[in-house]
Amino acid sequence: MKDLFPDTADELEIGEIAYQDTMIDTVNAIIKKYDHNPTRLMDILIDTQSEFGYIPPPIVAQISRTLNISIVDIEQTLSFYHFFSAKPTGKYTIYLNNSVIANMMGREEVARTLEREAGCKFGDVSADGLIGLFSTSCIGMSDQEPAALINGKVFTRLTPFRVKEIIRDLKAGKRLDEAVVEGLGDGANAQPEIRSMVQNNIRKKGPILADGYKAGEALKKIVKMKPEDVIAEVKLSNIRGRGGAGFPTGMKWEICRNAPGEEKYIFCNADEGEPGTFKDRVILTEYPKMLMEGMAVAGYAVGAKKGILYVRYEYTYLQQHLESIIEGGRKKNYLGKNICGKEGFDFDIRIQFGAGAYVCGEESALIESAEGKRGEPRDRPPFPVESGYLEKPTIVNNVETLCSIVKIINHGAPWYRSMGTKESSGTKLLSISGDCKYPGVYEIEWGFSVNDVLEMVGASDVQAVQVGGPSGTLIGPNEFNRTLSYTDLSTGGSLIIFDKRRDLLKDVVMNFLNFFIDESCGSCSTCRNIPVFLRQKLEKILNARGVQKDIEEMLEWSKILKASRCGLGLTAANPVVTSIKNFRSLYDKKIQHGKDYDSNFDMLIAVKESCDAVGRVPQMS
Amino acid sequence: MERKKTIVATASLAGCFGCHMSLLDIDERILSLIDLVDFNKSPINDIKNFTEYCDIGIIEGSCCNSENVHALKEFRKNCRILISLGECAIMGGVPAMRNGIPIRECIEEAYMNSPSVKGHNPEMILPNDPELPMLLDRVYPCHEIVKIDYFLPGCPPRADLIYSALEALITGNEMKLPYEIVKYD
Ligand SMILES: Cc1cc2nc3c(=O)[nH]c(=O)nc-3n(C[C@H](O)[C@H](O)[C@H](O)COP(=O)(O)O)c2cc1C
Ligand code: SF4
Ligand code: SF4
Repeated sequence: MKDLFPDTADELEIGEIAYQDTMIDTVNAIIKKYDHNPTRLMDILIDTQSEFGYIPPPIVAQISRTLNISIVDIEQTLSFYHFFSAKPTGKYTIYLNNSVIANMMGREEVARTLEREAGCKFGDVSADGLIGLFSTSCIGMSDQEPAALINGKVFTRLTPFRVKEIIRDLKAGKRLDEAVVEGLGDGANAQPEIRSMVQNNIRKKGPILADGYKAGEALKKIVKMKPEDVIAEVKLSNIRGRGGAGFPTGMKWEICRNAPGEEKYIFCNADEGEPGTFKDRVILTEYPKMLMEGMAVAGYAVGAKKGILYVRYEYTYLQQHLESIIEGGRKKNYLGKNICGKEGFDFDIRIQFGAGAYVCGEESALIESAEGKRGEPRDRPPFPVESGYLEKPTIVNNVETLCSIVKIINHGAPWYRSMGTKESSGTKLLSISGDCKYPGVYEIEWGFSVNDVLEMVGASDVQAVQVGGPSGTLIGPNEFNRTLSYTDLSTGGSLIIFDKRRDLLKDVVMNFLNFFIDESCGSCSTCRNIPVFLRQKLEKILNARGVQKDIEEMLEWSKILKASRCGLGLTAANPVVTSIKNFRSLYDKKIQHGKDYDSNFDMLIAVKESCDAVGRVPQMS
Repeated sequence: MERKKTIVATASLAGCFGCHMSLLDIDERILSLIDLVDFNKSPINDIKNFTEYCDIGIIEGSCCNSENVHALKEFRKNCRILISLGECAIMGGVPAMRNGIPIRECIEEAYMNSPSVKGHNPEMILPNDPELPMLLDRVYPCHEIVKIDYFLPGCPPRADLIYSALEALITGNEMKLPYEIVKYD
């Protein structure tokens, strides 16, 4: 964890921009841009951070005075998100992904090279203030790891060689975009608004990703329908949310439509924080018009005039692209007033960027964040459909859900239901990563078995598959005949493949536990503590000090997590529980047998620090 | 009465003796307890060393130094059943409030910087006599040092809880746990 709140002025001086009075005007201009609106605090902080590379206490004080909110209110937002910092983070701030996949693809070597070349350790800024090195959770590039963000720009498939070149270029004073020497990615990634080396890697297209989509078709169709009939069509299609939880979309819309109140909101959840997931990024890149059309359809159906597209910070490189699509939509009258000539059908979209927090993908945390606060999930009920953004009825839908709706409107519910299985209609985008020949995005019909998927992606010698990201399930070969569906293996679409070389406990389960520990919002004592206990136990087992009882206790403690407020805590023990269930022998091999207790306590280690402090040699009796 | 009495030992490690006070709080029931048990090593009777293998060991307090660890291990060796009594023994309790602070800082605060010592330790001497127990990097609850069989929560645990636990262990009857004795606010 970074020390976000430096105590002394000296600590502030290490960066290339120390606090100066001239910052005041810039910050005032930023605040003005957001109409002095405290609920836009996220945007104000994002702009300030990107302007100066940090947000020092005097600026916090200034924002507090100008917006008339307390310093603590600002600090709690500031300290919550990974990409805000009260200390300078270097002229070039490098965030290297530390997901399990990044590690598998060679992160360690890249990280060590970065440290050597930059001349500082991770968590620090180089002495000249040029480069800051930090780790971050999955940045949505799992099919092209190891990847990093440098001042918001994405660098994929890093190697020690590439890293040396990049740092050399930055030291030589080259601009960041000059450092992208390996060419640009495919499709829209190469367009002037994006100009990124990110690859789409679309491997299999289905009805959602099909070529030949015409923007506006669905809108032209619905303006001839009553909103209730649009909802009826969505209900008939049986579509369920693609964000992971699988709530029936039609029902959600109906509840929101019937909720009292004139002002309603449509949120598109493009937070995509589940490690191993990146299909929403591909939609944002290649099919943003479809997504926005889906939001407008939702607006028409529930009677909302405003939409907010909440995009994770990691995808800010798509900002210009998304904004120009929104602008284009307005010009075509697919957004704005009296859409497609329909009197009273007004709908417009604004983008809200996050600032790095997995939990903000949880719908109520997402809303809190969009209101400028820390992303702490709300107590429910009331659910967002009744009281969401600014306490108004709010729909939150995943990117893919909204795109699927457009196709349902265009081709009809029966068509949609002809795909997939009885309970799980339609198709699903999969984000495939890990040990396979063809990582990328695949659109399949629900009902594919894991075996089918593995064959499709060219995976061999598979030891395990993580279905649904860290919050999902780790399964072994004896379950590869299970099917992807809401009734069997339900998933938001992330499949991470591990072949026989991988150490599932050390590399996978431990990494996932660290992820949940880092990302917990800290509100529930269960979610704040138990994953830490589980990590201690797992460390003990990996150090060959574990006993049978440790495994049993891990399972017992995991049950207590079910008392958590949101999905993060509810699923944080899944890596442990599912690996114990499906790979028990890996644990059994590591524990000591014939021993019922081992404290893992080592007196020499425990007294070292205090003996050093007083100048004394530890004596062991 | 032919039955051999149950032998009990107790210790206070990093604790405040409040748990022992609570043990004495069982009032006149201590008389019936004495009928059932003999105390071995314990601050109650001031027996310093184990003189026989005991049935039950009761531990108050956590482990903050090498001496605590040593004493606790002795108890484990000499008692069939070991009980963690009270918050400190179970979780670290008040002593564990130092756990977030590096031990070096704690030592410097105690002997060099705090108002009561500032200016009175001109040579900045930090106690390092080999006779002194060595401080641990953090305060450990008892079950992280040795295997603990039972936990009696509370700060201190109510006398009724201690009494009914002992009674249950000695008689082999199921423990009575009415809501009042495990409710804390
Ligand atoms: C910790 C956590 C993270 C989540 N992250 C996402 C996410 O990144 N994208 C998403 O669409 N849903 C995410 N969800 C699920 C949302 O809460 C919500 O169910 C979903 O956005 C609803 O849209 P849908 O019905 O279209 O799936 C997350 C849930 C939790 C508990
Ligand atoms: S479960 Fe975890 S992330 Fe969710 S509200 Fe509780 S502490 Fe926060
Ligand atoms: S648990 Fe409470 S009463 Fe017992 S030793 Fe600790 S502080 Fe004292």
